[in-house]
Amino acid sequence: MKSAPFRYIRANAISDVFEAYAKCDGEARIIAGGQSLMPLLNMRFAAPKALIDINGIDALSGVTHSNGSIRIGALTRFSELISSPEIEKYLPLLKLAAPHVAHPAIRNRGTIGGSLCHADPAAEVPACILALNGNMNISGPAGDRVVEAKDFFRGIFETALSSEEIVTSIDLPAIKHGESVAFEEVVRRHGDYATVGLVATGQMRSGSVSALNLVFFSVSDRPVVASRIALHLDAQPIDSLSWDTDLDAALSEDLSNITADVHTSIEAKKHLAKEILIRVLKKLVMGSKI
Amino acid sequence: MKVKTPLSVLDRPNSYIGKSNPRAGARQLLEGRGVFVDDLNLPRMLHVVFCRSPYAHAKIVSINTERAASESGVVRVVTGAELVDYCSPWVGVLTHLQGLKSASQHAIAVDRACWQGEAICAVLAETRAQAEDAAALVQIEYEELPVVVDMETALDETTPLIHPELGDNLCFQREVNFGEVDKAFTDAHTVIEETFHFGRHTGVCLEARGIVAQYNPATSQLTVYLSAQAPHMMKNLYAKHFGISEDNVRVICKDVGGSFGIKVHTYPDEMATAALSIMLNRPVKFIADRYESFVTDIHARDHRVSARMALDKDGKIKAIDMDDLTGIGPYSVYPRTSGIEANQIVNLTGGPYTVESYRARAQVVFTNKNVMCQYRAVGHPVACAVGEGLVDAAARSMGLDPVEIRRRNLIPDDAYPYTYVTGLPFEKLSHHQCLDKILEMMDYEVLREEQEKCREQEIYRGIGFASMIEVTNPSPAFYGVGGAFISSQEGCTIRMDHTGGITCTVGVTEQGQGSDAVVAQVAASAVGVTLDKVRVVSGDTDVVPYGGGTWASRAAGIGGEAALRAGKALRENILEVAAIILQAEVASLDVQNDAIVDMADGTERLPLSELGRIVYFRGDTLPDGVQPELVSTRHYVPKAFPFSFTNGIEAIHVEVDVGTGIVKLLKCWVVDDCGTIINPLLVDEQIRGGVVQGLGGALYEECLYDEKGQYLNATMADYLVPMAAEMPDIEVGHVETPTTDSELGAKGVGEAGTAGAPAAVMNAINDALSPFNAQVTAMPFTPERILRALGKI
Amino acid sequence: MNDLLEINLKVNGEKITRFVPARLNLVDFLREDLKLTGSHVGCEHGACGACTIRVNNDIVRGCLMLAVQADGTDVMTIEGLSDSGEIKDLQEEFHNRNSLQCGFCTPGMLMAAAELLKLNPNATRREIREFLSGNYCRCTGYQAIVDAVEAVGQLRNGGPA
Repeated sequence: MKSAPFRYIRANAISDVFEAYAKCDGEARIIAGGQSLMPLLNMRFAAPKALIDINGIDALSGVTHSNGSIRIGALTRFSELISSPEIEKYLPLLKLAAPHVAHPAIRNRGTIGGSLCHADPAAEVPACILALNGNMNISGPAGDRVVEAKDFFRGIFETALSSEEIVTSIDLPAIKHGESVAFEEVVRRHGDYATVGLVATGQMRSGSVSALNLVFFSVSDRPVVASRIALHLDAQPIDSLSWDTDLDAALSEDLSNITADVHTSIEAKKHLAKEILIRVLKKLVMGSKI
Repeated sequence: MKVKTPLSVLDRPNSYIGKSNPRAGARQLLEGRGVFVDDLNLPRMLHVVFCRSPYAHAKIVSINTERAASESGVVRVVTGAELVDYCSPWVGVLTHLQGLKSASQHAIAVDRACWQGEAICAVLAETRAQAEDAAALVQIEYEELPVVVDMETALDETTPLIHPELGDNLCFQREVNFGEVDKAFTDAHTVIEETFHFGRHTGVCLEARGIVAQYNPATSQLTVYLSAQAPHMMKNLYAKHFGISEDNVRVICKDVGGSFGIKVHTYPDEMATAALSIMLNRPVKFIADRYESFVTDIHARDHRVSARMALDKDGKIKAIDMDDLTGIGPYSVYPRTSGIEANQIVNLTGGPYTVESYRARAQVVFTNKNVMCQYRAVGHPVACAVGEGLVDAAARSMGLDPVEIRRRNLIPDDAYPYTYVTGLPFEKLSHHQCLDKILEMMDYEVLREEQEKCREQEIYRGIGFASMIEVTNPSPAFYGVGGAFISSQEGCTIRMDHTGGITCTVGVTEQGQGSDAVVAQVAASAVGVTLDKVRVVSGDTDVVPYGGGTWASRAAGIGGEAALRAGKALRENILEVAAIILQAEVASLDVQNDAIVDMADGTERLPLSELGRIVYFRGDTLPDGVQPELVSTRHYVPKAFPFSFTNGIEAIHVEVDVGTGIVKLLKCWVVDDCGTIINPLLVDEQIRGGVVQGLGGALYEECLYDEKGQYLNATMADYLVPMAAEMPDIEVGHVETPTTDSELGAKGVGEAGTAGAPAAVMNAINDALSPFNAQVTAMPFTPERILRALGKI
Repeated sequence: MNDLLEINLKVNGEKITRFVPARLNLVDFLREDLKLTGSHVGCEHGACGACTIRVNNDIVRGCLMLAVQADGTDVMTIEGLSDSGEIKDLQEEFHNRNSLQCGFCTPGMLMAAAELLKLNPNATRREIREFLSGNYCRCTGYQAIVDAVEAVGQLRNGGPA
């Protein structure tokens, strides 16, 4: 399977990207790590007229910490997320999730910006950004704007990004004192896209949780914030949780747009979602005791 | 006990039989210096890409190649109708499978496409990328035809016929009836009834299928480089279907990146590639990409088996009754036919046990999915799962330990020769010995105690056994009698050069399993040289003796025996000359460690290189009438039995997460009896690889089709193969019961691991789920299927 | 679209200048343009690991990188790794334990194993299995590979094999 032909444009600065987009009349695509784009090209599921290579734009790299906020450059590789001391200290949820993304050779090239813009509903990192209430810093020919994570993911492979824009970095709040994070996915083989996955953050105090953020992935056409469950569990003692019909109803409502995939039916996904929710809540409690 | 004769190679000094020497052939592979088909580039070579049918069943209304043909780098665009002049169609039938019928199949479809992915048009260009660009521009008009995808209804009156001229969608049916089945069920104490489903899956060789074909018009010689298992078989078929002389066809198999039976069949796109090289007088290369592999490599094991087992009050099996249905593709694959898998299932189910009555019906029906044919362990995984699944279900029902029920039913080790109820002749098997050994290896009692303790903690572990038999070393009874030009004999030529080094050429082909190494070890032992002095050449039909290739676990047993006999003959020739040179009696001399020695005490008399120098350069110093021949060829065909059966047992320990349905494989044990073991390391690795491949089909792999015959998961992200993180360590033990049909006594072992693994893991999962009275019988055992069995959804 | 772009890179220590189409991926470039056929193509979508090579000291999928993206980089293939002697101990353990059969996955597997031992010289069997879980092998069932990598790790640490 060989890609269809395309023009190759190397961008050295963000302005080069806008220039290239304009020249190509919207028929150009950005290539960063290429780990999601190249398979599409090789299988001829995508045939853009031009590729804009942004790997050389220094402004898109780097992880910086200031005032309780972490800024991650869009070009940060997954392997860098795993080895970064800042990520380990301030964003332990990302450190938990990143090793589950594919395999080492993929993580050496794949970027966080690429993963977020590709917006595969089965991906781990979009769910993390959503759970952490991240902000996407976006640049376009008309200027810069910020889009909150909750408004960024619009559907399968669909984001709030227009065809002339580029994500430059992601801002995330550093973990607070008393905050606990958890990650769980049901996966057939290590590194696969999950059958169902869940990330969680919450303020723990004596077995009760507040400010609970629960985001399911691989259940629908985008990561799903389980806000009703979170509301239901707010200030509840989750270390002695007993599942009842109210929780069932809340979960059903949160997962009202649940879809099947080629291997797993809706009923199975629903069951697995409930199962990992219970496990994640236990993990939150355990995490808070460390 | 090994059979010992004075001249047996098994107990010659410095014999390599039973030694785990590393393979010489692995060295180049470790450095990325092997030669696989895609590594070959010939001058003026073209790449061919096939336009493939997007529909499972469609009439080809028109093909417009004008635009494609004018694209940059494109040399020619060829339709099926044009290729007919260069390649005749074929029908995949054999006479010994009575009633088996199929329709005529072209290399490139002519009137209609019968499965999604069938080749419709060939585009030849200077690069693969250019050919793909042009292929997208070929305009093909299709008229969709009704699609048959459900094997359960393929024979219904209302189901459309795929080939109206055949009268129905039945490819093959076989019925057998032995003993008194109905009476056995009426009188039975316990009757177990189950329906088993086996998901269609495929080989996924890491190196996809590939061919480079070159026709020389000056010599009328066709040379084909092929990633495949049976070069002589293909040589015959190329000649037959291209209308050229078979003696002018040369097939060369170099390094093969995995085959497992996938690469022993005739593929239309490969035939087309070779025919195109004749049409164009230029070399042509075709390498299947991964998508093409999924939709055109043969699939296998799509079966639904409804089965019953009757047992008496002591848990002794009285009868087996079963109905097997399999849905193959629209054609029976050529030349080995798509009836063999079902045929094996009918023959082999319950094979480890003393069963008095047996009835089975197998139906093989056509569908508009991809073709199906022999894949590693052909039929055995299904037969074993059915038999072993029924046995374990019986054990659970009767409150018997699965070990105990097997003790009561496995053919006793002293009952041989024994003929199984379906007519299978067993020379000598060792079921009980293997069972004893595996129980020791796994510390069975301890595992059961742990299982109990774990259950109290709501951790659900299970142990599953699978006793098995395996068909190896096939005689002409397998294919030859049915009219196929597939050789069951094997030949080996061994030649000593003046250096004292020997070169063996042999008809079995190296697929990575180590057949070259096995031949080298046998040859070195039989002749009396050190292993480093042995070279093996295989895979080239111009060079090697006429042979059968690698399939049905025959390389060690049959190829090895041919090498043994050739080695012995060469040794005799060497000793004859040595006796003359040394003025001694032949019987007083031996060849050991690259030298002529005194048989009595091993004293070196003459290095082989010195003998070689005299023979090749100083023939003047030898007496009149002495014409030494330091080369011997021997052929061997198994005679005493239609197959050499082996036996073994597998056990798997699992932990099932009853909340998610995920199965964790904790450990696996295998005890196998393949007769004389030539290289224990290679044998163990074959077993391990076989087990993992079997686990793939049982837990992960399935070719998924929708109701329109569209293949849904043709990527390696969606078709799940076993990877390292989920696979267990596999401990292997052996019992050795050599066959007396050969001096080497070696049986085959390539497929045993795959035969038993699905049964063992099914039994393990069901053992883990037994506290819930839940059972799974449909493979692959996905988390969803397990959750449904548990009633969670 | 069909223009050729100049790339300058190092492959196995050797300086290379070539003109390549934009769409040519790195493993195809190595195999076809440079005739370094030791890196293999198994799926062209990054799942099987057969094309795993080293770019600037990190393992990557050769099928998911463009040759033009390798401009200015240092590429190491199995041939270079073999000739330098860097993985001699791994190759020997693989050989002795028959951790390969058909050999098609082997170059990628060795690349990954070499990287693992660099990053985590004391890798446990579990860690070895997880790290190598992106390299598909159909022949061996993986155990002999894990045994070999574990043994090399121990040998390098001066322990018993």
